[in-house]
Amino acid sequence: MTIAPHKEPPVRAAAPPDRRPVIARGRRRAGPPWWFALPAMLLFAFVVLVPSARGVYYAFTDWDGLDPHFSLVGLGNFATMLGDADAVQAVGHTLLIAVSITIIQNGLGLLLALGVNSAIKSRNVLRVFLFAPAVVTPIVTAYLWRNLLGPDGAVNSLLGAVGLGGWRQDWLGDPELALWSVVGVIVWQYAGYSMVIFLAGLQSVPREIYEAADLDGAGPVRRFWSVIRPLLAPAFTVNLMLSIIGGIKLFDQVYALTGGGPGHATDTLSTLIYKDAFTLGEFGYSIALAVVLTIIVAVVSSGQYLVLSRNEKGAAA
Amino acid sequence: MKRYRLRTFGLELAMIAVALVVGFPVYVLINLAVRAPSDASSPIRPTTAPTLDNFSEAWEQGRLGGALANSVVVTVISVVIVLAVCSLAAYPLARVTARWSRGMFLLIMLGLLLPFQLAALPLYQTMRDLGLLGTPWALVLFYSGLQVPFTVFLYVGFLRALPRDFEDAALIDGCTPLQGFRYVVFPMLKPVTVTALVLNAVFVWNDFFTPLLYLSGSAQQTMPVAIAGFVGQYVSDWNLVFAALVISILPILAVYFALQRSIINGFAGGLRG
Repeated sequence: MTIAPHKEPPVRAAAPPDRRPVIARGRRRAGPPWWFALPAMLLFAFVVLVPSARGVYYAFTDWDGLDPHFSLVGLGNFATMLGDADAVQAVGHTLLIAVSITIIQNGLGLLLALGVNSAIKSRNVLRVFLFAPAVVTPIVTAYLWRNLLGPDGAVNSLLGAVGLGGWRQDWLGDPELALWSVVGVIVWQYAGYSMVIFLAGLQSVPREIYEAADLDGAGPVRRFWSVIRPLLAPAFTVNLMLSIIGGIKLFDQVYALTGGGPGHATDTLSTLIYKDAFTLGEFGYSIALAVVLTIIVAVVSSGQYLVLSRNEKGAAA
Repeated sequence: MKRYRLRTFGLELAMIAVALVVGFPVYVLINLAVRAPSDASSPIRPTTAPTLDNFSEAWEQGRLGGALANSVVVTVISVVIVLAVCSLAAYPLARVTARWSRGMFLLIMLGLLLPFQLAALPLYQTMRDLGLLGTPWALVLFYSGLQVPFTVFLYVGFLRALPRDFEDAALIDGCTPLQGFRYVVFPMLKPVTVTALVLNAVFVWNDFFTPLLYLSGSAQQTMPVAIAGFVGQYVSDWNLVFAALVISILPILAVYFALQRSIINGFAGGLRG
């Protein structure tokens, strides 16, 4: 016998079709006053809402960030973008980085979580140690890695020392490799973060379920696939969201490791937004790029949310 | 169920090997930070004559003391403001089902989708007009607003799962809503407050893009920007740079190892939010 997720009959038919009584009861009790939300709302409006709305407006102008006189250029900035090889490339890099980080970081994070969730004696120390990189300032770890990955850096020295001298590379200077080196650094820093979230999911699996599967003679692979994986659905949702959105917005590590180079080989949307605004003074164009970034984030996160929450329901039902 | 078998021992060795790989950069970091610049041997060979000179020089040359103080001030004030306004806001947003409440909540949740790059540039202009550019207050204001959506999201999720009997009892006993919040609701929010505190503090402390924009060219720096400036200036002197990196990492790691249980639970707590 196998442990299949327990299916319950649909209960929707039993729910009352009219929701009004619930609302009426909520109104009768005097709830906390609306002005409790005011300070947060004002801060949010001042810092996020109003500037974002203005940003969307500037995306249709040729504003340079200083000159109070600027004109509307319609979709001009977006048309320029399509012809701008750097921008098109940056979108590609951004998506490639986000997808690779999501797959590699979460794959490793899951394996580490399973390892740390086992009976090994070093599990508590390892958990604390492996998560530590995730709290360290990204710009600092990136500078550290910039040196390690240099032509005479520690990574090449180590390869030489263990007899793999043929694998030595200019990890950040080679346009073919640089992007993957950036991905590697991020995975190094955040695999422990994924691990901690998967671990919390694993530890919420009741012990009886493991024991029942064990008694039924399920091997480790079978046990993982049929018992643990469905129960990890919430952890998957959180982890995939965090890593893909983090990957899309990536700035610090690229800035410190390669500055977007060599050439434009590692430029992402975020580094391009920064360069266009602050070194080229093209605010309007830069904000148009930020609008594209916003659209990508919104589409990816709502799409992912819909798919994953359906899976989560499927697994929990 | 969990017995220590031969297979477990193999797993133990494999996990320790992984930890060594993860720890390798840390070894090199410390190894080079204590090495005199004249020593040109391989970066992976243990330093023969360790010295602490790099640290004192980096501390002075990089003006890291001032940067550290700024980072502490910005992080503490921003996080206190965010937690105060968001826990207070979450109370009606989670409890009141009227249309304004739902509308406001959805509007704030919209903020989760907006990357800060979109708001950062127009806000740069506003900060300049207000004369806040180059001061830590620009950052405090920025983080206090930027972190509202995420923090409200955490608090509202937690509050909705909390029974309202205690607050109702407090109100019946004659508490004002503010007293009810202060003495009854807020103490019950402690677990999610810890999560929000940890996640916001780590984010604010580590953020680089915002201070790079709003503090550039001023003498007031936070730690990440001071480090970036230091690297730019001493890029050929990696022993000095590594000493600066160690100095910037130490406070975070000290707090992390002291409070590791709360911090790890804080990060994992997003799972239940």
